Amino acid sequence: MNFTLRVWRQKNAREKGCLETYQARDISEDMSFLEMLDVVNENLVKDGIEPIHFDHDCREGICGACSLVINGIPHGGKKGCTTCELRMRNFADGDTITVEPFRAGAFPVIKDLMVDRSALDRIMQAGGFVSANTGGAPDANALPIKKDTVESAMDAAACIGCGACVAACKNASAMLFVSAKVSHLAQLPQGQVERVERVRKMVARMDFEGFGNCTNYYECEAVCPKEISVKNIARMNREFLKAITK
Amino acid sequence: MKLDSKTPSGPLADKWDNHRFSIKLVNPANKRKFTAIVVGTGLAGASAAASLAELGYNVKAFCFQDSPRRAHSIGAQGGINAAKNYQNDGDSIWRLFYDTIKGGDFRSREANTYRLAQVSNNIIDQCVAQGIPFARDYGGLLANRSFGGAQVSRTFYARGQTGQQLLLGAYSALQRQIGLGKVKMFPRTEMLDLVLVDGHAKGIIVRNLVTGEIERHAADAVVLGTGGYGRVFNLSTMGLGCNVTAAYRAYKRGALFANPCFTQIHPTCIPHTGDYQSKLTLMSESLRNDGRIWVPKNKGDKRAPHDIPENERDYYLERKYPSFGNLAPRDISSRSAKEVCDDGRGVGPTGYGVYLDFSEAIGRLGQQVIREKYGNLFEMYKLITDEDPYEVPMRIYPASHYTMGGLWVDYNLMSNIPGLHVIGEANFSDHGANRLGASALMQGLADGYFILPYTIGDYFARVGAQNINTDRPEFGAAEESVRSRIERLFAVKGKRTVESFHKALGLIMWEKAGLARNDAGLKEAISHIAALREEFWQDAKVLGDNNEMNQTIERAGRVADFLEFAEMFCYDALNREESCGAHFREEYQTEEGEALRNDKKFAYVAAWEYTGDGVKPELHKEELTFENVELTTRSYK
Repeated sequence: MNFTLRVWRQKNAREKGCLETYQARDISEDMSFLEMLDVVNENLVKDGIEPIHFDHDCREGICGACSLVINGIPHGGKKGCTTCELRMRNFADGDTITVEPFRAGAFPVIKDLMVDRSALDRIMQAGGFVSANTGGAPDANALPIKKDTVESAMDAAACIGCGACVAACKNASAMLFVSAKVSHLAQLPQGQVERVERVRKMVARMDFEGFGNCTNYYECEAVCPKEISVKNIARMNREFLKAITK
Repeated sequence: MKLDSKTPSGPLADKWDNHRFSIKLVNPANKRKFTAIVVGTGLAGASAAASLAELGYNVKAFCFQDSPRRAHSIGAQGGINAAKNYQNDGDSIWRLFYDTIKGGDFRSREANTYRLAQVSNNIIDQCVAQGIPFARDYGGLLANRSFGGAQVSRTFYARGQTGQQLLLGAYSALQRQIGLGKVKMFPRTEMLDLVLVDGHAKGIIVRNLVTGEIERHAADAVVLGTGGYGRVFNLSTMGLGCNVTAAYRAYKRGALFANPCFTQIHPTCIPHTGDYQSKLTLMSESLRNDGRIWVPKNKGDKRAPHDIPENERDYYLERKYPSFGNLAPRDISSRSAKEVCDDGRGVGPTGYGVYLDFSEAIGRLGQQVIREKYGNLFEMYKLITDEDPYEVPMRIYPASHYTMGGLWVDYNLMSNIPGLHVIGEANFSDHGANRLGASALMQGLADGYFILPYTIGDYFARVGAQNINTDRPEFGAAEESVRSRIERLFAVKGKRTVESFHKALGLIMWEKAGLARNDAGLKEAISHIAALREEFWQDAKVLGDNNEMNQTIERAGRVADFLEFAEMFCYDALNREESCGAHFREEYQTEEGEALRNDKKFAYVAAWEYTGDGVKPELHKEELTFENVELTTRSYK
């Protein structure tokens, strides 16, 4: 397969970027999108051009490092799939593919397709935890939890923190990300003690970092590689309302 | 050099309790006077950093990823072992200990392995308290499954994402301490050297990967939780950033590297398809609970799997190992897969694959049950291969996965360099020559939550807070060596890409030092590696600038270290003239092709000391003594 790529190149956060055109030739349909970029990069290096920078690590859809807006859609638009899992067989031979970084005010570009998503970590620092110091925990089976409850909590806990929800949202809202953590812990007995404080602090930090609000377009759910439901946002809104009216 | 494991005396079951009582404590009010550097934020690093901060120590934590949540512990799928005996099937601390030491083919330290089994139960308690959504039964109690190499159900799991959930638990504890100001976090920062002051590890030199700045950091102790070196094979199940650099630089500063040849080749990965491939994807071993492994009985049988009748299939694990069957340990399963493929009976386009077939389990349990257990794994497989495992059997093949070897540590998890502690996969101590499934997560968290936080206190209490200043000449010298190495890499200005060197190294290692090794092959590998390394330093092409984000220079440094490390690895494999666990020397096997261990000559830890570039390292031995278990031949028949 052969493709024409239009790739966002930007030397660093200070300089302006632009779309450059590159050819991707002799691509196997079994390659992942990132392996296709690896091939392009090998050729760029041979030609003396610095390779396209992008974040990646596990290449199996779990670490959340990979990003990319592919033809206008974060992670490329295949349902339940990260960029690293996306295979070239999902494109047609001869396609022109546009590759851009995740765009949001809270995600400044570091270089090329690589952005700074540390704002998401700072939201977690504000309250995305149970304050259980090492050592004092009771026996793990001391507190039975309904299977349905734990499955629902797990659905939310599956978030990989990639930030595609933010990149897809016209408001650059991080509410799917934040609500996934709020929802995971609010449903479990272990999360009850800090339930009110948690949602209050996480939402405050989310606002502080410059993420927008949810206006119910659900683009986030559509692009989420772990298919986290927007019901979590509804749950977070309920939690937040209860927290501020207490 | 005399290697003192500092294993406490007394009965096995009492050693850890006695030791905790006898080691020194740091007064709660004095803890804030000590700072620990923790490099790596996977299960071991994140849990250690959080736990140390909770105790009151100051912590500086470093990771090369953009966030501590990306560490490759996140990729672990199957589960975590603990000796809870919740299933009432006869499990106990002793049984978990025994399975682990036997699974490791009696090449680990008895006392360490027993302690690991002891603290396993605390880990599950801690993780549940953090809100980790482990799978549960309808009554609300925790569910378990069985895993390769065990005959009891002791594995706790969160769908096929156990590593993710455990890492996010440790990450959340770490984030809390960052928020409280007790941990200062340095993401996108790579450790490039260890700084010794009067022979003690007192700091590190790092490169800020965003700005390219070289920075000095001082502390009272350094903890490495920097993972394994499986990417020496290039293709592996590990994340692409995983590397040996931090551990290797510590080795070059005098830390001993133990048993590097003990590398686990995981039996159930998606087979390789082409030269472009960047990684091999693991399919959790838990699949072997319900999947049956087979190949055609006849060589070169190219029929579709459904067209091959039962009597023309060879369920080779069930045939060779009737009591463990498809749950035989990883080393045995991997080697058996290679045997049938080398015999010309492999499946798939390359002939290097075997079937993992769920049709019997789907028929017995229904698709819904299988979906609940393995749904996300089946989806992942389909995304990658475009084949639906509910309809066609999966194809799997072994791939480099985990490294049992690592920096040598004593019972306190301290290396031979005072102050340098090594935890998780980066050390060597608990798994011997082969790790059992669901034991890596257990060991990472055991070290980080429940062992290091005690033992590092003993070191602190003995040496006292020293308030080391980074202006000392030792820091200047280390920084200078880091700078000059980076400059040398840029100065090569060759024609060949760094990536192509890594691939070439991986190929040498996979062919000569992978699933099976022999004397001639290893010697050949050593000379090929040396030649490749020479070519690297003459022809590697590193573009871009040093004073900004530059993934090529990062990669070049790591590949350069792998090119040196691989040689030590082969010397170790050459030295160990026996087959044990994952280390299979073709010269040492039984008539049936099973591993032939040599306890008289090789019941020791091989710890290698750096003696100069391109020079064979010096071997030091820690004899392993077994007071409580009998060294039997592993039999899974």
